[in-house]
Amino acid sequence: MNVRLYVLQRGSAALMMPLVLVHLAVIFYASSHDLSAADIFARTRGSAFWGTFYALFVAAAAIHTAIGVRVIVAEWGGLRGAAPDLVMWSFGLLLAALGLTAVAAVVLA
Amino acid sequence: MVEITVSLWRGKADGSYQLYRVPQRENQTVLDVVTWVQRHADPTLAYRFACRVGMCGSCAMTVNGRPRWTCRTHTAKVVKNGKLQIGPLANLPIIKDLACDLRPFFEKWQAAKGAFTPGLTRADAIERIIPHTAPRLAADAAIECINCAVCYAACDTVRWNPDYLGPAALNRAWTLVNDVRDTGQRQRLQAVATAGGCHACHSHQSCQQHCPNALNPTASIAGLKRHTMTAYLKGELE
Repeated sequence: MNVRLYVLQRGSAALMMPLVLVHLAVIFYASSHDLSAADIFARTRGSAFWGTFYALFVAAAAIHTAIGVRVIVAEWGGLRGAAPDLVMWSFGLLLAALGLTAVAAVVLA
Repeated sequence: MVEITVSLWRGKADGSYQLYRVPQRENQTVLDVVTWVQRHADPTLAYRFACRVGMCGSCAMTVNGRPRWTCRTHTAKVVKNGKLQIGPLANLPIIKDLACDLRPFFEKWQAAKGAFTPGLTRADAIERIIPHTAPRLAADAAIECINCAVCYAACDTVRWNPDYLGPAALNRAWTLVNDVRDTGQRQRLQAVATAGGCHACHSHQSCQQHCPNALNPTASIAGLKRHTMTAYLKGELE
């Protein structure tokens, strides 16, 4: 891992800390108020705030996880050369695509 | 006479452990045991030592599974049930028996820019170093490395990542980063900020656990991470 990847991984972790706390608070709020799926969609559909919040969350998680997986496949999987970078990009883009699809389903009407 | 059953590594990487019976004595070190075997049992045994007093860093070996300086390790401390296993250091190519090839270890010192880069000539006055400044204290805390490679042999990341510079080389780089006389800082920070540099460290702290001089290379590497990150965010590193 070079300094650029280190900054990206630590930076995305720092960004996720408050996002995770808010996400947990949302879960507790929704479950303690017995919100149905329709109640939740009523709050999230068309919401720029929740769209931005979870899109940011997905981006941070995709960056953070992909860089971590790159290290794992290199150190424990024995991959060398360009292979770890290929795994990192593939895994990161897959996570981002899956996550953003989920965000779109919750936010877009 | 009380004897120790000593299991010694013989051969190269495809070698094996062989048993020897060595008399146990008071104040006997592990290096004494190895020397006894070579002098009295098998003169073909290869091992390395020089000072015998914990200064030169030549005699490190794997003792009962953990890397140690053998000249300062008493048998009374490490012999278990009358048995002792002594092998070459891990993470380094074996030349023969207990002697490892330390070239990869020292080549990484060079790759980490572990050589002092002077800014003055012999015609200039000697620069005064204020001993109680923060950089000097940081350098002093890490300076007593004897290049024994115990930390390198103990490091998980070295085992997993052949490009990793290792705790000793990075610890050395940290002492120079804190040396106000050195003029090669940018190149050094760049060298330790690339793949295989300080950011590959997982902070397992095996280096500080096993360092015979009680140094803390993990802390030095953490310092390098802070310095390189700051330099990168300022646009001073690629």
